[in-house]
Amino acid sequence: MSAAEDVVTEAPAVEAVPKRSMTLGMGTSLVVLAALVIMPIFVKNFIIFQMTMLLIYGLAVLALNILTGGSGQFSLGQSAFYAVGAYTTAVLMEHFNINYALTLPIAGVVCFGFGYLFGKPALRLSGVYLALATFALATAMPQLLKLNFLEHWTGGVQGLVVTKPDAPFGLPMSQDMWLYYFSLAVVIAIYIFSVNLLRSRSGRAFMAIRDNEIAASAMGVDVALYKTLAFGVSAAITGIAGSLGAIAVQFVAPDSYTITLAISLFLGMVVGGVGWLPGSIVGAAFIIFVPNIAEGISKGLSGAVFGVLLFLVIYLVPHGARQVAILGQQLAGKLRKN
Amino acid sequence: MLLERILRTTALVTAVATLTSGAALAQKKYDTGASDTEIKIGNIMPYSGPASAYGIIGKTEEAYFKMINDKGGINGRKINFVTYDDAYSPPKAVEQVRKLVESDEVLAVYNPLGTPSNTAIQKYLNAKKIPQLFVATGATKWNDPKNFPWTIGWQPSYQSEAQIYAKWLMKEKPNAKVAILYQNDDFGKDYLKGTKDGLGAKGASMIIMEESYEISEPSIDGHIVKIKAANPDVLLIYATPKFAAQTIKKTAELSWKPLQILTNVSISVGSVMKPAGFEASQGVLSAAYAKDSTDPQWSNDPGMKRWNEFVDKYMPGADKTDTGMVYGYGAASTLVKTLEMCGDDLTRANLMKQAASLKDFAPDTLLPGVKINTSATDFAPISQLQMQRFKGEKWELFGEIISGDVASE
Repeated sequence: MSAAEDVVTEAPAVEAVPKRSMTLGMGTSLVVLAALVIMPIFVKNFIIFQMTMLLIYGLAVLALNILTGGSGQFSLGQSAFYAVGAYTTAVLMEHFNINYALTLPIAGVVCFGFGYLFGKPALRLSGVYLALATFALATAMPQLLKLNFLEHWTGGVQGLVVTKPDAPFGLPMSQDMWLYYFSLAVVIAIYIFSVNLLRSRSGRAFMAIRDNEIAASAMGVDVALYKTLAFGVSAAITGIAGSLGAIAVQFVAPDSYTITLAISLFLGMVVGGVGWLPGSIVGAAFIIFVPNIAEGISKGLSGAVFGVLLFLVIYLVPHGARQVAILGQQLAGKLRKN
Repeated sequence: MLLERILRTTALVTAVATLTSGAALAQKKYDTGASDTEIKIGNIMPYSGPASAYGIIGKTEEAYFKMINDKGGINGRKINFVTYDDAYSPPKAVEQVRKLVESDEVLAVYNPLGTPSNTAIQKYLNAKKIPQLFVATGATKWNDPKNFPWTIGWQPSYQSEAQIYAKWLMKEKPNAKVAILYQNDDFGKDYLKGTKDGLGAKGASMIIMEESYEISEPSIDGHIVKIKAANPDVLLIYATPKFAAQTIKKTAELSWKPLQILTNVSISVGSVMKPAGFEASQGVLSAAYAKDSTDPQWSNDPGMKRWNEFVDKYMPGADKTDTGMVYGYGAASTLVKTLEMCGDDLTRANLMKQAASLKDFAPDTLLPGVKINTSATDFAPISQLQMQRFKGEKWELFGEIISGDVASE
């Protein structure tokens, strides 16, 4: 059997998601945005910190969503890109005294390059084989960060402590609140960019590749270019999320970026709905809050409780938050008719 | 007349009584997390994740505080111990500690486990002036009262222990060819540094091999074969329990008998020496500061008797060979001692002051002669160890109790 036949007979890795249903309606988006902007005024700093982490993980899940939901490629190596972004920011801030806001685009560019280069050899792989290759990347990253000749920069196993920025222009808000609004601005910008990317020519190319690689190449889509491009973009966004994460947590260490993080992000994407961008934030909420709930139920069996909750979600709503949203929409439509 | 006099006396008595009780009230001082009835203490532990074996420490401490509460608490106040899972992940540790401080409003964070997690929360707690008491890690950097006056360690640091081994080697085997097997993380690298510092200039000629392994490796056998090929006569084993047992076992299987020195982290008779095989373990050297619950020489020791009673009553069914339970008992009793010393002044500043004023405190589980001492300039509570040799089915202590203070840089 030739390779071409092999690909044709293979079931598509990701279910096709229509372009329109990738985003929320204008009205709903504005309501969510307003809620996110107003919320910090009413809650404690600790909750603001949790919300910041929610945005950051949401961004990382969004990046994976572009890769998997958009171009149909799997990755279990997102923690590696996240780590590179986090370390880029930490090293630039602590060793070179560069302003934190400037480190974000640098981390993005570095990770884009890293992801693009990794995407090159990964081109030959698909499905589970690609997942395995990226898995290797995620396993290797913590060890690479511990390497002796990098230790001068990375702090080795001890990690690096990052200074949290104060609000600029003497704004009367706490560090946490400032960082929240800063992250929110970055996340909104990247979200709009991502939506537009998927609606553009490149986005259509991604989805064509996802739906049928051979048909896409027959239509004149440069499969190799767009596949690596998807990897690069996804890595860049993950890297920016990592940068924000380093600033919010104020610490980077190899132990923060293990394979567990990569699996969490993958989980977040599935729970949020593969290919549905707004679901990223729901997925992030799942990976942040559900372990806490599980721990509240039983400390000794928190892992088992988490497993049961995850199983329930996958069993009851296999398409994640997207399915819930569609159900909600249909229900609202029915009510309006009556 | 008489009535007037009585009245006057009564008035005087009342006035005096009011004054004294007023004075007593003034002495009671509280910060967030402490009250007349309760002291709220926060903690994070890896109950899940790669280091979940240490979770038993948190459970032991919880049980210990329950025992204290059952006995009436500390100066009439009950300890409310709030402990969360950080899964040994620094970002999670930050989240959980912020929850403890800002949502649960604890008085202090006590015995958080792991060097990465503690590093992640240290700056935050010091900025908020919240005590980070008796951290459960052997890194050297916790003894730094000048830069981090709100952080204090507990156990002897890895580096000071390694220096003790280095000094012993220089004295007893100055011409040894030394190989070092270490875990590739902060724990292993601290030992490596301590050994090199201890050997000083002689280190370059004495150390013929440094071999590291990752905690994720299933077996250490390949490393041992490699080390044997270099033919050293001293093997320093800076490995966690599972790997330490494998190392001792493998050297015996290769019928290779170098002098082996084992880190204190892996000296449990029940979980290391027995699985490695008692025959293979003969002559292994190490250093200790606490009693081993599986060592028969302590079966009549009053301190370990109290430990046994505690485990039987408050942790029925627990595995007594687990060193985490001895550790948790010792650390918890240190906190209770510190809180007792605070009296009615339960402010964070006073708690830190008392934690830095422990004098010759000897918890039930520490070796005879090892005492906890702290001062405004010494934030390393336990800094004494004694060398020991494995003989028969137990450790035999030998030599003096050695103090191995290493100041933070």
